[in-house]
Amino acid sequence: MSKTYFTPDHEWIRVEDGTATVGITDYAQEQLGDLVFVELPQTGKALKKGDAAVVVESVKAASDVYAPVDGEVTEVNEALSSDPALVNTAAMGDGWLWKMTLSDESQLEGLMDEAAYKATIA
Amino acid sequence: MSEKHLPLESMHEEAGARFGTFAGWRMPLTYPAGVMKEHLHTRQKAGLFDISHMQLFAVEGRDAAAFLSRACPLDAAALRPGKSKYTLLLNNEAGIIDDLIVTSLGPDRFIVVANAGNATKDEAHFRDISKDFTVRIEALDRVFLALQGPEAESVLLGAGLDLADLTFMTAVEPKANWFAARSGYTGEDGFEIALPPEDAQSFAEKILADERAMWIGLAARDSLRLEAGLCLHGQDLTESIDPVSAAVLWAIPKKLREDGGFVGFETLHGILAAGPKEIRVGLKPEGRQPVRAGVSLRNEAGEVVGRVTSGGFGPSVEHPIAMGYVAKAFSEPGTRLVAEVRGSRIPLSVHPLPFTPHRYRKG
Repeated sequence: MSKTYFTPDHEWIRVEDGTATVGITDYAQEQLGDLVFVELPQTGKALKKGDAAVVVESVKAASDVYAPVDGEVTEVNEALSSDPALVNTAAMGDGWLWKMTLSDESQLEGLMDEAAYKATIA
Repeated sequence: MSEKHLPLESMHEEAGARFGTFAGWRMPLTYPAGVMKEHLHTRQKAGLFDISHMQLFAVEGRDAAAFLSRACPLDAAALRPGKSKYTLLLNNEAGIIDDLIVTSLGPDRFIVVANAGNATKDEAHFRDISKDFTVRIEALDRVFLALQGPEAESVLLGAGLDLADLTFMTAVEPKANWFAARSGYTGEDGFEIALPPEDAQSFAEKILADERAMWIGLAARDSLRLEAGLCLHGQDLTESIDPVSAAVLWAIPKKLREDGGFVGFETLHGILAAGPKEIRVGLKPEGRQPVRAGVSLRNEAGEVVGRVTSGGFGPSVEHPIAMGYVAKAFSEPGTRLVAEVRGSRIPLSVHPLPFTPHRYRKG
């Protein structure tokens, strides 16, 4: 059973069996426009909540994606190296950015559920 | 200063534009198609750009040509009526205050098109120089549209404007207070049309009724001009960069480089004799990561030898592209350089400009 949480910075984090997958929301990819490059972190990198973990670059500008919680990077989405536009076409699915462990599951309680997030961008 | 609004803003809103501020104007950056599709559409069909943030000036009077030839390194009297010329506004140190298009509409009538961000400064500079001349300078209230791409001529014909007789860098006044030139800033064939605001919406609607035409935002305008190797004033050209370093000397007639008569000549003459210290070049980063404006360029020994002034991604060439300034010794195409972006070293090579061939309709 998985559950997805959202941050005010438009990241999503899906938690399943103690590991988390992180990406940016569909709203965020729309705001950024067509992505041409995604700078992914190294596997094993320790992240603190709020750290800039990934840089997504559109035709025009570079933007940071922040870690929603503390933890360690366990996997990155290698498919984005050759096809960064996956983030545009499937932000909540195949366009995920990285997977990470959760150091402190209680940090999830500070995040929004989908309904609360949708209310912030409405 | 409050943000300035385009007369056709509501049309852009209805088209679903995403807006941002540029040079003090609330400008459409992208439309729902997105920058990639907008860029490619312009190269394949016809892209409609609202460039009303740019300022047109009418320069008229007995001394109009003499005035312009003093203000710019230009032989305005030699411009045949209907002919446009890319020129520069230089300060006394030969720094580029702005880059302009001057069009002759007759021996004593000219239209000057200036960049949005520089229009106020340009006008003050013009008025200062104009004191010695019998000339009237009027900032015109116009909507300014660019239709760019291989289908532009045919789309305009369908919208009731036959400009097929124009060749690149020539212009006409199709109606009272209208001005139409075969020019643009994308590297494609195309037109720039200034018209009274009250005529603009119905004209834009006629163009957009043709399925080959669509609105294109400022984001694609930037990627198109960068692929075409064209300078953006404020980034690639500034008041501290001279025309020799900027590699825009072609805009200054050879005779004037010797004879002078324009503001900035003495300094320019000295730079021409000594040679530029640095020069503007195209840059091709390896891999997919864009290298943006402001990044330093190093040689293989790690010494800083230049800087990036414009950088992004080229949707038509499908790789990152950039322009910048490098020391003369590193300006040959193929020279390998390194940029550092967020801690990673990105190799680049000096690349000939433009990245995509110009497809202007020459005479």
